[in-house]
Amino acid sequence: MEILQDLALLFRYLLAGTGVTLAVSAIAISLGFAFGVTLAIMRVYGGCFLSRFALIYSTAVRAIPVVVIIFLLYFVIASAVDLSPFLSGALALGFSSAAYQSEVFRGAFQSVSGGQMLAARALGMGRMQAIRFVILPQAIRLAIPPWSNEAAIVLKDSSLVYILGVPEILRRAEYVSAVTLQPFLAFGAAAIIYFILTFLTNRGLDWLERHYRILT
Amino acid sequence: MSEMTPSSKLPIVRIESLYKAYQGTEVLKGISMAVQEQDVVVIIGPSGTGKSTLLRCINLLAIPDKGQIWLDDIEVTAPHTNIDKVRQRIGMVFQEFNLFNHLTALNNVTIGMTRVLKMKSKEAQEKAMWELERVGLVDKAALFPAQLSGGQKQRVAIARALGMNPEVMLFDEPTSALDPELIGEVLNVMQKLAYEGMTMLVVTHEMGFAREVSDRIVFMEKGVIVEEGPPKQLFYNPKFERTRDFLWKITELYGKDEEKKS
Repeated sequence: MEILQDLALLFRYLLAGTGVTLAVSAIAISLGFAFGVTLAIMRVYGGCFLSRFALIYSTAVRAIPVVVIIFLLYFVIASAVDLSPFLSGALALGFSSAAYQSEVFRGAFQSVSGGQMLAARALGMGRMQAIRFVILPQAIRLAIPPWSNEAAIVLKDSSLVYILGVPEILRRAEYVSAVTLQPFLAFGAAAIIYFILTFLTNRGLDWLERHYRILT
Repeated sequence: MSEMTPSSKLPIVRIESLYKAYQGTEVLKGISMAVQEQDVVVIIGPSGTGKSTLLRCINLLAIPDKGQIWLDDIEVTAPHTNIDKVRQRIGMVFQEFNLFNHLTALNNVTIGMTRVLKMKSKEAQEKAMWELERVGLVDKAALFPAQLSGGQKQRVAIARALGMNPEVMLFDEPTSALDPELIGEVLNVMQKLAYEGMTMLVVTHEMGFAREVSDRIVFMEKGVIVEEGPPKQLFYNPKFERTRDFLWKITELYGKDEEKKS
């Protein structure tokens, strides 16, 4: 009986961290999406300067481990502006994810045929209008499968913010492990929660993919 | 129809000594022509002659190197012309249809009206249904491009262009990507438009259409206009041997289909 009570206590404690994990992931994925799409547009449709900037950003950020970006943001930038560990971690993950997402969307933009842009411009749409109303809606749908993969990676990478002491799932599991001296139980429970979160996220995105598929 | 237009009237499209090169290859070498309102002008000529480039220059989808283009009283090629405003007045139909793949037939027609002309959504839908009616596709309004045949796609593309109330329509080989049995339905729609008085510039190899529907045929070769005139003159009494040769060859090639369609 006692073991069941312990387990219940353990899960309740870790589930309190699940909210933090989800919040960090949501901020990181949204920031990565907004910035990533912007970078992809700069890369594909921008002039020499903008596309060069997007390329350099993506290349540099993807070459640096996420943990290093987290440390850079927290210890260097957060010393100048007031940022909580929670926000530093979430933003660092977001800036990192933006680089990967920009590559996903760049591919998607490039696979929308050039005729779509021509037809939109021939109707009298400006370049930005054509991107917004014709190219982007198609590119986003094409990008859902590789994007799901990136979303799952960010969700799991959100565990990295534990190094700043943010009380998300992994941080709490570590604490439980230290107190109870039962690492298998603590980290096993954390693993199960991560699995469920990732599984549900992917199922949701699968549904989106089917629902918004463009007939070909 | 052109004979009836008073000669004092300003042409709706006027092109003066137009030049265009792609990577050092001259495609257009001094094209000048004028199109009167309600004229149907068919441009013919061997492939690689610059016919499509000429059409694309008119709405600046291709930027000419030299020369002027006028739409009514606006110089399209002038540096400060708002080209998006000019394009709203010129409808274009592409060889490859280029329908927006993520939108239904209806929304392919409404998107220009709502996003460019800023029409209310309901108003745009009503007008779009009317345009689909004109091309005979009301029953396909809810279908996506992938669910339509080539001929139906091209008719939706025509409806999309018509929705903007264009003053001129440009057709860039509108039937060249179609299976032979689907060409007729597109040509019929174009013919109807011509009889309704639409000003049209058509690049095509459909000699039947050129002969029956056009007011004037322009024969281009190697980036210049060789000869132009009413269809009767070009078909039966061309000034140049090259015109005769080309028409003979093309009628030989496409002629058998023509018989079936008409």
